[in-house]
Amino acid sequence: MARHIVAALAEIPPGSQKLVHVKGRSIAVFNVNGELFGISDTCPHQGGSLAAGATVGLTTSTEPGKFCHSRPGEFVRCPWHSWEFDLRTGKSWCDPRKFRARPYDLSVESGEALVAGPYVAETFGVSVEDQYVVVEL
Amino acid sequence: MSISDAIDCDIHPGVPTIKALLPYMNDYWREAFIARGQDNFQPASYLPNSPIACRSDWRDGDAIPGSNFDLLQKHALDGFSARFAICNVLYGGSFSISETMGAAICSAVNDWVRAAWLARDPRLRASIVVPTQNPRLAVEEIERLAGDRRFVQILMPVALDMMLGKQHYWPIFEAATRHDLPIGLHAGSLYRYAPTTNGWPSHYLQDYVSNNHAFESQLLSLISQGVFVKFPELKIVLIESGVTWLPGFLWRARKTWRAVRPEVPWVDESPIEIVRRHVRLTAQPIDGPGDPAILERVLNQIGSDDMLLFATDYPHWQFDADRVLPEGVSARLIEKMTHDNPLATYPRLRETIQ
Repeated sequence: MARHIVAALAEIPPGSQKLVHVKGRSIAVFNVNGELFGISDTCPHQGGSLAAGATVGLTTSTEPGKFCHSRPGEFVRCPWHSWEFDLRTGKSWCDPRKFRARPYDLSVESGEALVAGPYVAETFGVSVEDQYVVVEL
Repeated sequence: MSISDAIDCDIHPGVPTIKALLPYMNDYWREAFIARGQDNFQPASYLPNSPIACRSDWRDGDAIPGSNFDLLQKHALDGFSARFAICNVLYGGSFSISETMGAAICSAVNDWVRAAWLARDPRLRASIVVPTQNPRLAVEEIERLAGDRRFVQILMPVALDMMLGKQHYWPIFEAATRHDLPIGLHAGSLYRYAPTTNGWPSHYLQDYVSNNHAFESQLLSLISQGVFVKFPELKIVLIESGVTWLPGFLWRARKTWRAVRPEVPWVDESPIEIVRRHVRLTAQPIDGPGDPAILERVLNQIGSDDMLLFATDYPHWQFDADRVLPEGVSARLIEKMTHDNPLATYPRLRETIQ
């Protein structure tokens, strides 16, 4: 396993998302209120790009006519058929056992640590003043 | 196809004339019906002389189809070796514009079916007909009769004043679950609303076929508006709905639910699972193709052998001779349709067996 720098943190401010590529994989990276999530970009249903999907909260209900809204921004809806995926687990809401977008662990590292450490920067030029999103693969 | 001791989940005793019901009405309504000379509250989808209203070899001259007790006993009970048969009387009480007149007719029909049919053959059971126009009156009628365990279901026309899932109707569902009574939705409408979403059709053909849409939209209304969440024990029996439309409906319902689930978050599982758990269908008319392999595929697409209920739909003309079961249905499924599924659907029938 190696750790790969996939983006500068400044490219993905809170409330935004970005499609990144590492070792032939497409990963949709989301910044939800400063917390970073990564899942495979390809919707397990029919292949829509989850990085292009809208992020929403979780809507549940205790009884007909009642709406409970929680976890704002922690779900992405596929732009093709609107299936919801939990950014924390990659699981689809409608059929979590059958349909899951692989989750990836992301971390944020300082440029200073990256320059010093054993990270695979590949095409990234790292500036010690900045912060970077790193995925382990 | 030989069957024995089958439970026939849909037969139709016919009300011969309003005179048969007058003994079960109060003085006001008795006088009112005599004075007005009103009769023949048969719902209009089966006009008495149309071929489908009665199989030709089951006709009794000009009598209202199904109104002759001896013939019903001979044709439907003895003829198909019925262990039980559920009487679903199609008559005007559930359709009347006047809520109070509707309630009076329903009440009279229920007492008439008890005295003229249930009391005369221990194989007979019946559905409670209710004035759907006013759920409070409908619940009163259910409460009045629920103590008689020979009433095994509540009968309503599928196309009503409103979408069936609306809370307006919930008191009926609440009473149904409290008394172990499934809701039977029978083909037919109140006949004061256009039976198609585009207005009034010109021909009977359109009216008949459009019943399918009513079943689909009412079933989707029950699911979407959370009736099965609110009443987890509720069973709905679709009667004379046909069967082969169901796989396409289930596919579309699940597909669209997956996309718009947050709109109805109380629907927290696939509509397919909800339908398999809560919905049953009488299998006559079966509306299947002649090729048994195709029918088998349809049944596989439905994905459950718990859902079909055996029915003759006596005296309506849905099949000839004794071919009440379609070709190609497995022996196991026949056993389930004729025994296991009806007993699982109608708790009050199980009591009788044990």
